[in-house]
Amino acid sequence: MELLSFGKTGWGDELIVATIMTLAVSVTAMLIGFIFALIFTPLKLSKNKFFNLIANFYTTIIRGVPELLVIYLFFFGGSSAIMFVGSIFGYNDYIEINAFLTGAFSIGIISGAYSTEVFRGAIQSIDKGQFEASNVLGFNKALRFYKIILPQMLRLSIPNLSNVWQITLKDTSLISVTGLVEIMRQSYIAAGSTRDPLLFYTVAAILYLILTFLSMKIINRLEIKYNRGY
Amino acid sequence: MDFDLIINSFPKLLFASITTLKLLSVSLFIGLFIGLFFSILRVNNNIILGKIAYGYSYTFRGTPLLVQIFIIYYGFGQVELIRESFLWAILKEPYWCAVIAFALNTGAYTSEILRSAFQTIKPGFIEAGKSLGVPNKLIFYKIQIPIAIRQSLPAYGNEIILMLKGTSLASTVTLMDLTGVAKYIISTTFKPIEVFIIAGSIYLFFTFIIHNVIKFLEKKYSF
Repeated sequence: MELLSFGKTGWGDELIVATIMTLAVSVTAMLIGFIFALIFTPLKLSKNKFFNLIANFYTTIIRGVPELLVIYLFFFGGSSAIMFVGSIFGYNDYIEINAFLTGAFSIGIISGAYSTEVFRGAIQSIDKGQFEASNVLGFNKALRFYKIILPQMLRLSIPNLSNVWQITLKDTSLISVTGLVEIMRQSYIAAGSTRDPLLFYTVAAILYLILTFLSMKIINRLEIKYNRGY
Repeated sequence: MDFDLIINSFPKLLFASITTLKLLSVSLFIGLFIGLFFSILRVNNNIILGKIAYGYSYTFRGTPLLVQIFIIYYGFGQVELIRESFLWAILKEPYWCAVIAFALNTGAYTSEILRSAFQTIKPGFIEAGKSLGVPNKLIFYKIQIPIAIRQSLPAYGNEIILMLKGTSLASTVTLMDLTGVAKYIISTTFKPIEVFIIAGSIYLFFTFIIHNVIKFLEKKYSF
């Protein structure tokens, strides 16, 4: 228990900071994922075959390839891509990109693929009459999306988005391979220097359980809130 | 694009994918039994057993697979009691540690899939069996299990694909599976894109096969 105390001798404060880091990466990744989903969902629903192909390519590849491999691609590929751009401008030294950004971006791309599928399903399950009614009432396309489709889409996708959030939260543990100090990495460091891996990995598991438990509670609240009137 | 690297590393990665498939099949096989066992506990009327089974599936679904592997691989080796018991022969091998972690993880998900399948069986089927005087055991084996298997096929197919991706974590405990070898090649050549394309295509190929086999089975057993 001494090992988990706060202050210089214990690892308690470090683990709490690491938990906040995990949350920060997960939220950033989720938001990046939303941006990807907002780009690819319209492509997926579009009538243009070429756009469909691009969107299907994205979701199929990301959902069919292990997360770890995607992270390795961005971790090793990210800095060399930036170095290549740097070399064009005559900068030839080694550039290391921020572990937080690499991690959030690679997890974001993964969660974006799942979110795309969720949004697509939600839009497709909106009653056709809603689209027709908004056309009859003379809404233009943008207004129709913001005022009619988006609110319904969000309500319908909350249960599935909560799954995506859980997957994203758990996937952030994989970022530890890139050296970002989140829960998993911090436990690894602590386990290495105290030679007590069982304790620290169990604590890590409990921290993740607390995070998933709390987020389930919050999401259930949201679900009840947005289902009022249905 | 370095085509020499692609041609050279393809056989290595293909060879490594045997380890991936071995890990996948062994852990799915064990996990199926674990899942069946806990799903029966869940649908059982005994509240305490149901709570235990729920706790098991909640814990394993709420924590990352990486933590589970690390607890089993690094954590258990620290306990004197385990190191002196017969279990150590198994737990000192990273391969078996990974298999145990994967099996327990997929077991948790499988138990949820089977539980919901058991619960969606129409009571009429069971009542029909009872009214025909079929013993409870036979009702379970001949009516409930076949229907539950059919009901859970699509979800179980997803679980197999998730597990295929999960086996990539075996590379974190020194196993040289497809991802492990891919990482090794990436870190020695610094050519991530080429390696990603090959390793990714092998994974996608497996996903494609699993997807189609499940689709075939669904069609075969549909009613």
